[in-house]
Amino acid sequence: MTAYALEIANLRKSFGNSEIIRGINLQVKKGERIAIIGPNGAGKSTLFNLISGRFFPSEGDIFLNGQQIGGLAPYEINRLGLSRSFQITNIFHQLSVFENLRCAVLWSLGYRYSFWHKLSALKDAREQAEKVMEAIGLGWRSQTPAGLLTYAEQRALEIGITIAGGADVILLDEPTAGMSRSESDAAVELISKVTQDKTLLMVEHDMSVVFGLADRIAVVVYGEVLACDTPQAIRQNTKVQEAYLGGHAPVEVQE
Amino acid sequence: MHALRPIQFKPLNLGRWLVWTAFAFMLMAAPKIFSSGSALSILSQMGTVMIFALSYNMLLGQSGMLSFGHAVYSGLGAFFAIHAINYAGNGVLPIPLSLIPLVGGCAGLIFGVLFGYVTTKRSGTTFAMISLGIVELVFACSLMFPGFFGGEGGVAANRVIGKPLFGISYGPQIEVYYLIAFWLFISTIGMFAIAHTPLGRIANAVRDNPERVEFIGYNTRRVRYIMLILSAFFAGISGGLSAINFEIVSAENVSVLRSGGVLLFTFIGGIGFFFGPMLGAIVGLLLTVLLSEFTNAWQLYLGVFFICIVMYAPGGLASLIMMTVRVIAHKKFKRIFPSLLLVSIASLLAFSGAVMLIEMMYHLTLESANGSTTKLMGYVVDTAVATPWIGASLLFLLGLIAVYFARQPFFAVWGDVNAEIEHAMKGAH
Amino acid sequence: MEFTITSILNGLSYGLLLFMLSAGLTLIFSMMGVLNFAHASFYMLGAYFGYAISTTIGFWPALIIAPLMVGLIGAGVERYGLRSVHKYGHIPELLFTFGLSYVIVELVQLIWGRAAVPYKIPAELDGPLFTLFTTAFPIYRGFMMLVAMLMLVAIYLVLKHTRIGLVIQASLTHPDTVEALGHNVPRVFMLVFGGGCALAGLAGVIGGNAFVTEPAMAGTVGSIIFVVVVVGGMGSLSGALLASILIGQIQTFAVALDWSLLSFIKLMGSSVAVDAPYYRVLSLTLSEMAPILPYLLLLLVLIFRPKGLLGNREG
Repeated sequence: MTAYALEIANLRKSFGNSEIIRGINLQVKKGERIAIIGPNGAGKSTLFNLISGRFFPSEGDIFLNGQQIGGLAPYEINRLGLSRSFQITNIFHQLSVFENLRCAVLWSLGYRYSFWHKLSALKDAREQAEKVMEAIGLGWRSQTPAGLLTYAEQRALEIGITIAGGADVILLDEPTAGMSRSESDAAVELISKVTQDKTLLMVEHDMSVVFGLADRIAVVVYGEVLACDTPQAIRQNTKVQEAYLGGHAPVEVQE
Repeated sequence: MHALRPIQFKPLNLGRWLVWTAFAFMLMAAPKIFSSGSALSILSQMGTVMIFALSYNMLLGQSGMLSFGHAVYSGLGAFFAIHAINYAGNGVLPIPLSLIPLVGGCAGLIFGVLFGYVTTKRSGTTFAMISLGIVELVFACSLMFPGFFGGEGGVAANRVIGKPLFGISYGPQIEVYYLIAFWLFISTIGMFAIAHTPLGRIANAVRDNPERVEFIGYNTRRVRYIMLILSAFFAGISGGLSAINFEIVSAENVSVLRSGGVLLFTFIGGIGFFFGPMLGAIVGLLLTVLLSEFTNAWQLYLGVFFICIVMYAPGGLASLIMMTVRVIAHKKFKRIFPSLLLVSIASLLAFSGAVMLIEMMYHLTLESANGSTTKLMGYVVDTAVATPWIGASLLFLLGLIAVYFARQPFFAVWGDVNAEIEHAMKGAH
Repeated sequence: MEFTITSILNGLSYGLLLFMLSAGLTLIFSMMGVLNFAHASFYMLGAYFGYAISTTIGFWPALIIAPLMVGLIGAGVERYGLRSVHKYGHIPELLFTFGLSYVIVELVQLIWGRAAVPYKIPAELDGPLFTLFTTAFPIYRGFMMLVAMLMLVAIYLVLKHTRIGLVIQASLTHPDTVEALGHNVPRVFMLVFGGGCALAGLAGVIGGNAFVTEPAMAGTVGSIIFVVVVVGGMGSLSGALLASILIGQIQTFAVALDWSLLSFIKLMGSSVAVDAPYYRVLSLTLSEMAPILPYLLLLLVLIFRPKGLLGNREG
């Protein structure tokens, strides 16, 4: 019985001569929500890529529910219960919103590479996809080709594809990137609703999103975790303030 | 006319039954309407090419895999089939002729498993180049192993094997046509069905975003591999039918020429719609077989036609038809009709002028030994004097100018109408 | 010994000709991501233009004018054809060049007919350069190698030592950034496409009279240069050079050798019955296998070293 949903031990990654990830240690409990913040180029997206299998670690281990996943292919990691979204929207643009979500549920429902099941007859796939579609608020766009959605709708679909398969550990890479204030607020509500019993790791730059959603915040600077603590503690942390928050604690903005 | 927007075509289930029944009916009725000997042989050929093109679109249109080597699977299927016919004729292999296409299919399948393992290791342009390498390899091999491939002359067979069943010996072309029609019908059903299964839909996802597919639990490479195997199976069936139809198979069946041909036909028909390749097979074959009766320049016309489709209607003829149907369905056809007519007339003028010039040039280069006169659409024309040249050039230039002026208004109204339709469609949801 | 050296030299000259062709293809692919299917057709155009000009004005003017004409046509094709297809993606671009290759072959037949044209080596270059033992090495082969090496040096100098070369190098990997810096990248694309076609045209002027000038010449060499590009590593010029010379050597040697597995078996003292099922495979001589060797090499490289010999892109 392992306590951690995700455990990262001494993770290192180099591209040629440049070491991007310089020894990261992180333990994420089941059901926890961790926000990963840090300056640009700190290695946050690289960290996500390492966890989700897009890159292989140069050194170190990554454990998902106690199982070693460092070095596995992305689809193997996904099948073990980890799913991620992308910073640059990565959807299936010629398929409709509904089809996008249906594709995302097919493996988890066990249909694998079947070419003998009639798609339209798969009730469980359809219901699951419709459920997610309603949850992300795109039910009214179900037949629209994904490429024709607005940017915020595509970001919502991106999240939908990520959670549709029922993975327990969700990685969201800058889910509110490029969104307006109201769109961000809607996205935060959506994220908190759909990741209710799940373990969530989120890379974010928007501090209000971070402070609103996260149980703990991990601050990544130059490929290392500077601090990983509750939002309050991070706010007071002088090292973090110098490195990232600009030398003083953020003042509550008067609306 | 940028055919980038996918078009929804969702008939009700009743509509679906209707479409399939109509298809079956057309297959059965076609030879009654076009009953001459040559028409029958063209229809038969169309049937085999339709299966070939549909199988090719499983790769191109559905999975996003551009292959230059698809003739390998249909060609090898054809070779195995023709040898099987010979063995059946000698009594060594007791297979009825009607099941020979399955022999071709199985051969295609096996080679799909073999070659597909190597080719699907890569994707995109590299995959296209590998497929080209493989077809060249097999083609070169065909000349090296005359025992199996029959050398320069190929392998021939007599399709009348065994005793006629219910009076059907498959000697007459009409019987072969119905055999082809039967296999076409069930192959079409098969490929249509596969497109609507989990594998088929995930293959679409691989086409749209191969990387993302890995993150929803699927091994992209395996998806491509399985689709290639299935596609090779149907290509093999079309090869087997071709062996039956022509009673001869040669190295040309496994050539880059034939691979290129199916690519051309499929793309012309339209890779975004299931029926596109079938349309492309019909049009492409008509252009190839019929046109070559009338002019030496048919390959040039085919090539230029293909380039025009790539540049101006990359969704193919199917997309043009569907867009027009959509305009008609939204009752806006009257608005585009006048400018469409003008552009069409102008294009026709330019086209006629160009055709005249090309035909006359061909006559000069290729047939000058026969004298300087040639027939152009029934009129006798002397290519040695300047008049027809001047006339044709004038026609061509006038046509070009007319097109130049007529196209802007047409594109404007076409754009407006389509924007209105899309706005209406978005709002309805 | 004599055979080996002669074959090495012949293989080198053929390989360098292949390189002249594939260099342009590699450059175009590197920069624009378009695999120019019509590249071999531009080679053919170069040969035909070379023929037309050398029979009217002379070979030496043809050496300069023909590639220029082909380059201009290439630039025009890019500007008015390829550019408008660019927005549809890579597959339509490839298909456009594919259709173009068809059309160019047909146009050539329209103008010059279906038979081979008598494109001859100019008198001053005809004859032996030196005699190695008993085989004469033709001047013209030496000339071909010279031109190919000059071209190689010229490309290197332009790319590494001129400003436009710097812009081209940068556009090879980051066209958007270069455009953001204020360079006219579409014009650079047109330049590179036209330049690549001009190189192919030059290869045609030189190769057309050494080998046959006919409508089918594009097809025979077309597939091989794709093998060269993939084997060398998509986008690597030095890889293309290596692969061209390798394939040149392989084909030249193979065509002359009558070795087969059967001859090897006979050498060991045993023999195989003529009607054994695998007899044909065993009796295949290397010279018979020569046409498929480049494709076998392609398969081997793709299985064991998918990036190509010197490639660093996934293609």
